Amino acid sequence: MLKIKNLHASVEGKEILKGINLEINAGEVHAIMGPNGSGKSTLASVIAGKEEYEQTNGEIILENEEISELEADERAHKGVFMSFQYPVEIPGVSVTNFMKTAINETRKAQGLKDMPAKEMLKKIREKSELLEIDRKFLSRSLNEGFSGGEKKRNEIFQMAMLEPKLSILDETDSGLDIDALRIVSNGVNKLRSKDNAVVVITHYQRLLDYIVPDYVHVLLDGKIVRSGGKELAHKLEEQGYDWIKEEVKVEG
Amino acid sequence: MELKDKLISSFFAFEEQVDVNNDVHELRSKAIKDFETIGFPRKKEEDWKYTSLNSILKEDYSLFPKKESAIDYNDVKKYFIHDIDTYCIVFIDGIYSSQLSNTTHDKIDACLMSSALHSPKYKAIIENYFDKITPKDSGLNALNTAFSKEGAFINIPKNTMADRPIQILNFSTGNEAALMVQPRNLIVVGENSHVQIIERHQSLTENPVLTNSVTEIYAEKRAQLDYYKIQNDKGSASLIDSTYVEQKQESFCSVHTFSFGGKLVRNNLQFFQRGERIDSTMKGVTITEGKQHIDHNTLVHHIEPNCESHQDYKGIYGDKSTGVFNGKVLVEKEAQKTNAFQSNNNILVSDKATINSKPQLEIFADDVKCSHGCTIGQLDEEALFYLKTRGIPAKEARALLMYAFANNVLDSVKIPELKQRINKLIAQKLNVNLGFDL
Repeated sequence: MLKIKNLHASVEGKEILKGINLEINAGEVHAIMGPNGSGKSTLASVIAGKEEYEQTNGEIILENEEISELEADERAHKGVFMSFQYPVEIPGVSVTNFMKTAINETRKAQGLKDMPAKEMLKKIREKSELLEIDRKFLSRSLNEGFSGGEKKRNEIFQMAMLEPKLSILDETDSGLDIDALRIVSNGVNKLRSKDNAVVVITHYQRLLDYIVPDYVHVLLDGKIVRSGGKELAHKLEEQGYDWIKEEVKVEG
Repeated sequence: MELKDKLISSFFAFEEQVDVNNDVHELRSKAIKDFETIGFPRKKEEDWKYTSLNSILKEDYSLFPKKESAIDYNDVKKYFIHDIDTYCIVFIDGIYSSQLSNTTHDKIDACLMSSALHSPKYKAIIENYFDKITPKDSGLNALNTAFSKEGAFINIPKNTMADRPIQILNFSTGNEAALMVQPRNLIVVGENSHVQIIERHQSLTENPVLTNSVTEIYAEKRAQLDYYKIQNDKGSASLIDSTYVEQKQESFCSVHTFSFGGKLVRNNLQFFQRGERIDSTMKGVTITEGKQHIDHNTLVHHIEPNCESHQDYKGIYGDKSTGVFNGKVLVEKEAQKTNAFQSNNNILVSDKATINSKPQLEIFADDVKCSHGCTIGQLDEEALFYLKTRGIPAKEARALLMYAFANNVLDSVKIPELKQRINKLIAQKLNVNLGFDL
């Protein structure tokens, strides 16, 4: 589904990603862990197409198509989704209307007509039930005055509505209490299928108890230095990152 | 001949069209002399520092349209708020159109200035209110008073709720190569009374139009008035709108100004608070493009204690357009416990757009709460990225963010159909179709 080859990226002239290689197949869940400042969020933003991040080298291939040159909205149309750590507030635009615009713009780009209103309502109802979202919530202005948990739940609701091929969840667990964490993880798990893939970016093992990864990668100073199964996450939780840093130093 | 000279010399011709044996005519005669002395405002005047009228005063305006014009309602229906019942006072090239209007004298008066000025029935009102609060140091006011003849006259007697909103529409047909019109409106809202008014100027062709409009509004004790100005005219039309509001105790007045169109628009909006526990609210959304120039000049004069004022102006400036916000809050020594808030937020969408924002607070009382804030910025890149990751292309994403930025001003529009209309105008102005009504 996604192949990243020798990806280098800079922000304001400073190199943050220093040669990332990653391959993700349909049906898989990958976790990317690492200490603060290791480049996790940058990686997510570069895959999603943030303009301020300059991709200086390497390739991002989504289903055999190199997408590095595409705008963020064009990548979204091809099935890339990113859940934000800090979703933006849009006063005056309801969650429902926002979703209508997002879905119909995507359909337009795919040469499809607008989704019929009835179908849209049905979909909204189904997906909001999945995330245990109240009807009233849908008519509120997007993210305005939402609690941290509501914002994250709303992000996964959007993911459910847009049905992306590749979802990147950037620190989705931050600011969540245990109930919200359960609802959000349940949502993600129910959306998993053999045809899509999920990348979970997180600091902590906690989320990975709920969304169980097939692979865990450790990002350190802009490079993936270790990859393994879910047991790697447990080890990191118990022992921190220092042992990896030491090993990497020795190897270096 | 320069426009000023042309105006002065045409006053004699004007006198043949009106009843000169009338108190009002004394005001006119004095006003034309004032105009001769003061003339048009110049850039060296502090209040006109950022706005030059030179380019619009150069046209050879026709001052009295040659003939009455008729317009088919269906051609202009879109400029009316037509999905609810309203009273309409409609002018075509400055002349009353009975065919397009729907005036009333039932419980309230929503009719014509020309009849109010000369009808014995309204003599007392004219004597009490006409030309009482227009500042006399303004050449433009003097000019309007000198040629005052037509406009809307709205009188809501004591203890009366106007049963529907009143629309004031000024169309210009383009039958003249260039036209200058000077509407004069008088609105009196009696004690405990309530009215909503929607005003719009609209030219129907690309011929130049200059409107020098003066509106006086009087809100008596506990009166409530909501006034909405839709300024979405053609790029060839310019508007100088001067609106003066005098409020008595416990009255509430709000003026919303939506400025999207026009070549040059200057809004002078002044509130005078003569009583306690008054609330004065003025809000505006300005969206410009091309070389438009839109200027908001506001004043709230806090004269008595325990009053409030709220100002909230949002501006989005594109291309090479220019905006001005000059908001003055004057708090007299006696006006203790005043709460005055002013906020002016601007987004520059283009590198070549300009905004001049100048808040002015003059406070002579010592126990007041006054705040003002002004911001000038660009659209938030992170927010744009967020919307794009949801598949929303850049143009639509920008429009959504601009809409969100202006939203709290729209939120306080109390007529839902009007709000919907303004939302549509914004979508049109931003040239987007978001698949739902904003």
